[in-house]
Amino acid sequence: MTHTHRASGRAGPEHDEEFVDILEERRRSSDLGHALRTFNPHPYRGAPPCSTADLNKAVLESQYLRYVAKEIAMETGSSEEDVREEARGILEEMSQNLQLRFIRLMGYTLTKVFKRLFTGIFVNMEGLGTLQQAIQEAPVILMPNHRSYVDFLVISYILFTYDIPVPVIAAGIPLAGMKMVGEILRRSGAFFIRRAIGSDKLYWAVLSEYVKTIVRKGYAPMEFYVEGLRSRTLKSVTPKLGMMHMVLEPYFKSEVFDITLVPVSISYDRVLEESLLAHELLGVPKPKESTAGLLKAGKVLQEDYGTMHVNFGRPLSVRQLCQGKINRCQYNSAPRDLPQKPTEEAQACVSWLAHLMVRIQDEGSVISPWSLMACLLLQAPMAVLTEEGLPWERLAERTLWLRRLALDCGAGLNWPGQTPDSDVMSSAVALHRSVVYRRAGRVYLLQQEEPARKRPISPEEAVMRIATAVLMLASYRNQSLHVFARPALLATALHITKSTQRDELFACFCFLQDVFSYEFILVPGELSQDFEEACVLLEKCGAVHISQQEVTLSDMGLEALSFLRALIQPFIDSYQVMFRYLSEEGDPVLTEKQLVPAVRNRATKLILSGELRTYEALSSDTLKNALSALQRLEAVTKLRTPEQNEYKVNSAAVGRIGDILSGTIPPQMLQTTPDARL
Amino acid sequence: MSCLNFNVSHVLSQLNLCQYLPFHRQEIMKWNGWGYSDSRFLFNKKGQAEFTGKRYKLSGMIIPGLKEWFEGTFGANLQHKSPPILNSSAVRPPTLNEAFVEELKSTGVPFSHDAEDRVFRAYGHCVHEIFALREGRIGRVPDLVVWPNCHNDVVKIVELACKHNVCLIPYGGGTSVSSALECPSEETRSIVSLDTSQMNRILWIDEKNLTAHVEAGIVGQDLERLLNESGYCTGHEPDSMEFSSLGGWVATRASGMKKNIYGNIEDLVVHIKMVTPRGVIEKSCQGPRMSTGPDVHHFILGSEGTLGVVTEVTMKIRPMPEYQKYGSVVFPNFEQGVACLREVAKQVTPDFYLIFSSGHALKPQVSSIFTSFLDGLKKIYITKFKGFDPNRLCVATLLFEGNREKVLQHEKQVYDIAAKFGGLAAGEDNGQRGYMLTFVIAYLRDLGMDYYVMGESFETSVPWDRVLDICQNVKARIVHECKERGVQFTPLSTCRVTQTYDAGACVYFYFGFNYRGLSDPVHVYEQVEHAAREEILANGGSLSHHHGVGKLRKEWMSETVSNVGIGMLKSVKDYVDPNNIFGNRNLF
Repeated sequence: MTHTHRASGRAGPEHDEEFVDILEERRRSSDLGHALRTFNPHPYRGAPPCSTADLNKAVLESQYLRYVAKEIAMETGSSEEDVREEARGILEEMSQNLQLRFIRLMGYTLTKVFKRLFTGIFVNMEGLGTLQQAIQEAPVILMPNHRSYVDFLVISYILFTYDIPVPVIAAGIPLAGMKMVGEILRRSGAFFIRRAIGSDKLYWAVLSEYVKTIVRKGYAPMEFYVEGLRSRTLKSVTPKLGMMHMVLEPYFKSEVFDITLVPVSISYDRVLEESLLAHELLGVPKPKESTAGLLKAGKVLQEDYGTMHVNFGRPLSVRQLCQGKINRCQYNSAPRDLPQKPTEEAQACVSWLAHLMVRIQDEGSVISPWSLMACLLLQAPMAVLTEEGLPWERLAERTLWLRRLALDCGAGLNWPGQTPDSDVMSSAVALHRSVVYRRAGRVYLLQQEEPARKRPISPEEAVMRIATAVLMLASYRNQSLHVFARPALLATALHITKSTQRDELFACFCFLQDVFSYEFILVPGELSQDFEEACVLLEKCGAVHISQQEVTLSDMGLEALSFLRALIQPFIDSYQVMFRYLSEEGDPVLTEKQLVPAVRNRATKLILSGELRTYEALSSDTLKNALSALQRLEAVTKLRTPEQNEYKVNSAAVGRIGDILSGTIPPQMLQTTPDARL
Repeated sequence: MSCLNFNVSHVLSQLNLCQYLPFHRQEIMKWNGWGYSDSRFLFNKKGQAEFTGKRYKLSGMIIPGLKEWFEGTFGANLQHKSPPILNSSAVRPPTLNEAFVEELKSTGVPFSHDAEDRVFRAYGHCVHEIFALREGRIGRVPDLVVWPNCHNDVVKIVELACKHNVCLIPYGGGTSVSSALECPSEETRSIVSLDTSQMNRILWIDEKNLTAHVEAGIVGQDLERLLNESGYCTGHEPDSMEFSSLGGWVATRASGMKKNIYGNIEDLVVHIKMVTPRGVIEKSCQGPRMSTGPDVHHFILGSEGTLGVVTEVTMKIRPMPEYQKYGSVVFPNFEQGVACLREVAKQVTPDFYLIFSSGHALKPQVSSIFTSFLDGLKKIYITKFKGFDPNRLCVATLLFEGNREKVLQHEKQVYDIAAKFGGLAAGEDNGQRGYMLTFVIAYLRDLGMDYYVMGESFETSVPWDRVLDICQNVKARIVHECKERGVQFTPLSTCRVTQTYDAGACVYFYFGFNYRGLSDPVHVYEQVEHAAREEILANGGSLSHHHGVGKLRKEWMSETVSNVGIGMLKSVKDYVDPNNIFGNRNLF
């Protein structure tokens, strides 16, 4: 009986939830029957159905768009009619055209695809039940994380199967450009948003009115990725606030009584795009989304990707969450349709909520045994992984140790209880034979063979080959990183400060959080709670003793502390490469295009000379995050030039941050303003 | 202009058997409920609802359907009664200021410290006030009641109060729903209730300028009847007009249901005389408008008894309307009804029409109480042929007044607009019935309280574009809060639009719930109303359209008028009444 299982260990109300494999029934009955099933959902009580034409008409005729059109006409000197015509064009490109027929088509296709790819798609039925209820009571926003293109329609698929209204989904415009597929997605409820909207006022206006109208009408749930894009590292991404603000505004302005947010955590045993992502991170450009590309992916469909978990979180009332955080009276003195800059209060509230959603998505994700193994594999010296091999027994023993630590930290693990532990771990390694292999009781990193090599491989190329595997491994480690992030930052602070004083540790903890704010997504304004949480968790796993003033190390906890520190170390090392490069570089103005390859070159040299141990310094995501952090800490300023992003570097400031990170100078509190980009 | 006999007061003339209010109002009025003692709803031995007495059209009639509606809406049960506990002996003996009483005697102004007189003037009609009275819980009450007969009596009383540092609380009709009449518990001085009911004369009528000079204690129905006898009317008809007084209207910025024709109280008043601790305030002439700095009338209008006693008022009057016509329109839903009202407010000159109700308050279940609101045929027509959903129906009642030709013209105009919004004319009878209902609806709450049902209405004013949102959100908030606080039955939570303006509308909310099983129902009620008011404010609604602030809503005053605004009001108070003689502590 393997069709249901429990995710164990997670704290909170979702504790011990039952997951059911929804593919099980599909394997037993007709796919066509499923696609043609009677679909009879209960929609939001207050809302009559709304056709695409009615929706678009409401948007175009809205007072808000009229104001904006008038403004733009004045600014550009064109006629209001032209501006509105342009708006109509934007809307046409954007709008979804949800049709049940296409949902059925989509359902049929996805059943075929999913059955081939996955051994199971596990869904928490209780979450679906509460969602069904919630959808009748208020407009619902589904907020999944995004780790693979596969999950784009999976929620629609599940909702269709369980008679829950199918959502309209915010998607990136490249998908719309795919022949046929774009149109099918559109009719399955996708609406398309351009990338890099920047300061295109009319586009923003059309998009925001479109989103707000859907929320106000509430006839269908809305789904969007608060992270804005698919995470290429399987790690949560700093949430984008624009869309979040649009979605919340109807509540802020009292146009709806409440809005329900439903975080959804989608977790994979194995991600289809794993090697593609690693190549991208190493600077091999991402192929443009195209239908042909999708068909070529046929090879990908031959492989086994284990299971997928879709965990529907508890529905959250925006009204309740925003209590005391937003004063709705601020919208009382001007027409609500008037375009207005959001107040600081509103921005802070949006940012807080967006981060909170990411945190809940993290907490709801289901962690595989493989992810724990990846954490440990990455901590082994590279020579061991590539040449000597890591003894299987050692890895297995450490994994079981780590399982305990993860459970202590409140992780939701997907560790089958009925199967012997050794079999669980063996099958995890077998599933990931694209990354590691096991031979003669030892585990090795797989380095991909290049077909038909003409010349001997250069040292730089060898580095890249290892890096590909390392970054894949790092992605799987990242799946469980959020579980350990807080205690790991504290463990690092203990190491850097060599202090036991709580206030010194807290200062260092804050500094680390500041520097790594793009790596570990913490909720803004809750640093002291995070610190407390970190203390409690470290104490719980026996690593420290906590008193009023002090955090002292315990002899029992050295293994945990060194594991946690080693988890952060690759980030520190990678950032230091970037910091050193910038503080040594004479030229104070750089473009991002130059910078990333230059630092990557430097890192490659350092790896070859043995000075740098982590291959993660080669990842463009890591480097860009480091650059963003420097910007946030005001050591680097972005210069707005029309052609490309240029950065002005304050070498001294960068150097200082590097020194604090290495512990040579003590951390002073770096004051930064809360990050609120809309 | 000739005056026809047909007018609104033919309804009212049947209401009032005794002419003016007596000294001891408890002789004809309930001391722990609404209105006349002889008029009340009850369920008779057969379980049928009945309205007693002879004063109203509905009096003596059986009301079919009320029982079903009552049980269905609130989950109430006729077996579960919660009758009032009669216990007026719990009144604490008065704290008298002997020197004040001595000097008062010498003026010859009648007064009393009889317990019943004092209790009657200690409360308004908020649900918590009535509930406490029904439970026999009586808090701080005035120590003395005085009945001045004219302006000069008031001058003497105020002088004596200042001299002996006695707290004065003016009392008019007693229909307050803002805790304005409650004696502040922290007040240690002797509290004197100044009952204006004996100042009830029309002093003169100026037919050349169409004004009347009236003593402020007169209650609405007497004022209207007396003016009618001379062929005039004021047109000011608040729902409480049977009992509320002219002085009270001025002190709370009252509004009447015909305000679209005649205006609100601030538009009707030409001259006001008020006695304050500093002396008498009044303007020097009867000019219809002045540019003489801020209008001092506006310190008086809405002062809620904190500055002095309004004693005499000159009001605009008009010849009684030549022609009057009721009407009603049924809309498929509230949204359409509101859209229609908004359009009417835009298009039709306000002189001759009145629209006063739209909303679920007259849902078929409710209205079936009143015999044949939607008689069989019509109901089938509306629900089957026009595709109306009977649960979402909404009714607007109309009253047109004035020149016959113009009335008919405006009537047509309004019905044409209504048709564009899916409205169906539902007849004159329904309109008139709805209008008459206004006066008896207040009696329903007492019936509810006999059976564990507690109810209240409250109002706000809001810009047009927010009307629908505020209705939806406040209603939802009420249901939500009740659930949260353990109310076991779904509450009645509904609303109607009662007044329209160029830039917005006045919205009434009705809230009632079955309180069986709650240990402290009043507290629950107050929490829900508090939450509802917060919701109103968050939705861009005002703190009050015409009920006033009193003590019930004063916590929101500074955010409503800003701190500077409060400072302005306070500085006027400090100048006019430095010793807080008018110490009811309303407003701020």
